[in-house]
Amino acid sequence: MTQPVQLGVVLLCHAQLDVAAHMARIWVRGGARVAIHVDAKASAASVDAMKEALSDLPGIVWSRRHRCDWGSFGLVQATQDAAQLLLDSFPDLSHVYLASGACLPLRPVRDLTAYLALDPQRDHIESVSAFEVGWTVGGLNEERFTLYFPLDWRRRRKLFDRLVSLQRRLGVRRKLPKGIAPHLGSQWWCLTATTLRAILDDPRRAEFDRFFRLSWIPDESYFQTLARRHATRIESQSLTLAKFDHDGRPYQLYDDHVLMLEESRCFVARKVWPDATRLLAHFPRSAAARPDHGPPQPQRFERMINRTVRRRLLGRPGLYMQSRFPRKDAENGKTSAPYAVFQGFSDIFPDFETWLGRLVDADVHGHLLGPEMVEFAGRPETGPGAISSNRLIRDRDPQGFLTALIRITSRTQIFQFSPRDNQALNWFMATDANAHIHVVTGAWMLPLLQCGMPFDDIRRITAQLQRAELAQLDVLNSVWVRARVHVHELTDFLARPEAILLQALQQLPVQPGVMDTLPRMRDLDGLAELLRRLRNSGLRPRLSGDSLPTPQIPMPERTAAE
Amino acid sequence: MAHIATSYDAVVFVFLLPAVVMRLGRLPVPDRFRRRAERQYLVARAFNRRRALKPVVNRTAQIRSGDILAFVTLRNERVRLPHFLDYYRKLGIDHFLIVNNDSNDGSGNYLAEQPDVSLWWTNSSYKRSRFGMDWLNRLLARHGSGHWCLTIDPDEFLIYPHCDTRPLSALTGWLDTSGQRSFPAMLLDMYPRGNIEDEIYEEGTDPFTIARWFDPANYTISKNAYYGNLWIQGGPRTRKFFTAEPLSGPALNKIPLVKWHWRYAYVSSTHMLLPRHLNLVYDEDGGEQASGCLLHAKFLSTFADKSTEELDRRQHYANSKEYQAYHAGLRRGTNLWCNESREYGDWRQIEDLGLISRGNWA
Repeated sequence: MTQPVQLGVVLLCHAQLDVAAHMARIWVRGGARVAIHVDAKASAASVDAMKEALSDLPGIVWSRRHRCDWGSFGLVQATQDAAQLLLDSFPDLSHVYLASGACLPLRPVRDLTAYLALDPQRDHIESVSAFEVGWTVGGLNEERFTLYFPLDWRRRRKLFDRLVSLQRRLGVRRKLPKGIAPHLGSQWWCLTATTLRAILDDPRRAEFDRFFRLSWIPDESYFQTLARRHATRIESQSLTLAKFDHDGRPYQLYDDHVLMLEESRCFVARKVWPDATRLLAHFPRSAAARPDHGPPQPQRFERMINRTVRRRLLGRPGLYMQSRFPRKDAENGKTSAPYAVFQGFSDIFPDFETWLGRLVDADVHGHLLGPEMVEFAGRPETGPGAISSNRLIRDRDPQGFLTALIRITSRTQIFQFSPRDNQALNWFMATDANAHIHVVTGAWMLPLLQCGMPFDDIRRITAQLQRAELAQLDVLNSVWVRARVHVHELTDFLARPEAILLQALQQLPVQPGVMDTLPRMRDLDGLAELLRRLRNSGLRPRLSGDSLPTPQIPMPERTAAE
Repeated sequence: MAHIATSYDAVVFVFLLPAVVMRLGRLPVPDRFRRRAERQYLVARAFNRRRALKPVVNRTAQIRSGDILAFVTLRNERVRLPHFLDYYRKLGIDHFLIVNNDSNDGSGNYLAEQPDVSLWWTNSSYKRSRFGMDWLNRLLARHGSGHWCLTIDPDEFLIYPHCDTRPLSALTGWLDTSGQRSFPAMLLDMYPRGNIEDEIYEEGTDPFTIARWFDPANYTISKNAYYGNLWIQGGPRTRKFFTAEPLSGPALNKIPLVKWHWRYAYVSSTHMLLPRHLNLVYDEDGGEQASGCLLHAKFLSTFADKSTEELDRRQHYANSKEYQAYHAGLRRGTNLWCNESREYGDWRQIEDLGLISRGNWA
């Protein structure tokens, strides 16, 4: 047997009283009794206009006005007074719903009463133990109850923070009143009249009020805590769809949310943007012949909100733009996708770029950071994303250049690198988990073998490049490296090029058909001789390897030919 | 009378004092005080230049509290005006405050007839009034205080997340509730496919049916430590006209939408403001704040004439270097389009590309 549900609504109104009047009308038309509380800050004229607008409706009572600031005890007092007035004026009520003037009923009020009638003894109030929640604003959970909070967090933020840390330092710990366990939850609830009366008529109410007056955001904890003391059965989920951002501000609802709100099948949603005329006209849906007591399904809407929260707090990895410019090491992902850097390979194999391009399903560029130009694959004047191949434009912001390229392209990016190139990104790439860096140290020396330059120039260039590569290796050997780095010395590489190439290819999207031949290797004649001359001229070649190659080193090309 | 004049001079002297302070250059004055001196100087300077603006039609009495205002300086933009006013009226601008810099193509008469336009006329030097910013700072201080103010050129069209379904007042309302006083909108250069002169722009039509292409990802950013703003460059102009010295390419960062206070001042165009906190419209911890875009309809058939004229007047930034570069480039018949240009769809496309963000505005 189900007893009939008679719904009462406590309507807390702050600003936009015309919209609030619209909401009150919806509730009254749906058969609910309404107690309206208007914030003491609202102007007398607007309150008079609201009273005038609602004068034709029965079943409305106006409660004493309190000043309601965000997170202040005034909100609790307003709720208490209005609820008391409502229960006194309409003793036949079975449930009381707490809503605001910006809460829009989405489904007919009859649906809500039908849903409540399914289990009339149940209290619908989100109530989570303060020791369990992880979603509170400002990083305070149980400290909300153990410290004193006389200040407005919104307006006196600095002083507020200082007071909190002072109390922490002094070891302030307020005593909780006996018999209550602090709980938190959404401000918007629907309690049975029995539970609500028990809370309001509690003989220890003065003691509880005194305690909550100085706790933080009591409107999210007063009823949530005391319901645990008095209720028989609690359904710990609010019937009002209300989401808050990381700063504790409610998300607003606009015309374009109509579809998603309708799908959510929630009874009430907040907070409605006052000028969302389509939304206000669309909801509540007109009542069907038989009241529909299906439960709310807000999951999809909540997913949308969670996506927004993630975007606000974490952002899109690898994106640098006008409203997201993370400081160093706060990027949440320095780049948006994995990429590979090959250093020295194009010096050993002159055709390495084309060879690799045929082998992998990826964009294989030349020296993107090269000293003459940006060597995009195919050497266009304008690369992916309309990025210029001009080196001056690139060097204006190398990091922006690389991250934009990686983000705008859908395929994996692979490029060549050498000590001749712009070294500005060494730290950036080494600390980026998306980077695969393959280095053959000392390979930059090979193009010098056949360059035909005077020896003095070769010596000077060698010294320069060696210094650059040593600085880079310092970076790659540091403890901050997050990239996957493979460093081989030139002699090691020449001893087993195939194995090392294969190993490098394993991490790339290799196309089926696999590698058949090695690319053509540069002629290494005269390397030992060059190294000897460099050494004799006072330079110490350090990067080509410990065991200096002799002219008789086994050439893989030759072995293959034999 | 003499007595009054003297006291007035004293006022001017006090106002100009910050300028003197700024010139003291090397003194170890903390940046905070330097910026404050500069801001006070700019506010005073705008006040001092107030007589340069002659009111033509003053309908500012129509402005109601909570109205969103647009502030514009223009010269010879008659062809663009109908669509411009239309676009922003639909977006939810309640009143336009426009400075007509000595137009001779009928812009003035056309604007004077519009019911929601207040018009001022001036023939002072654009360059010596800091490229019109003195005039606008003056109008902003006088009429914009307490309002959301959009400061734009007649060839800039604001888009922002959800702009197809939510009016500008929804955005400003949301900015108000989240305690933000400024909203960034980067300049996005739009251009046609083919030569710029080929398709003639007809009055009253949407310029982006012609100039509907843009560069998706070639923007470079650095942070200005002193003013706190981001300095964004790139786009087709840098790619095409400024390859030799990319640093002198045009700045694309803009903060056009501000809840104004008479103490605020635009420093350089709408690229940055003082006080500094208005420039901090980006997140540095990895998150994204909300931002929009100003679609720039500069590269239309009207551009070649305009660049010739502006080149003669030499009233633009850095001796009209930009216009010189364009003119050299455009005479060769260059077009800005390339294989990698993207065709403009809607704000969602721009957001996916990462040029704007909805931030926290679900």
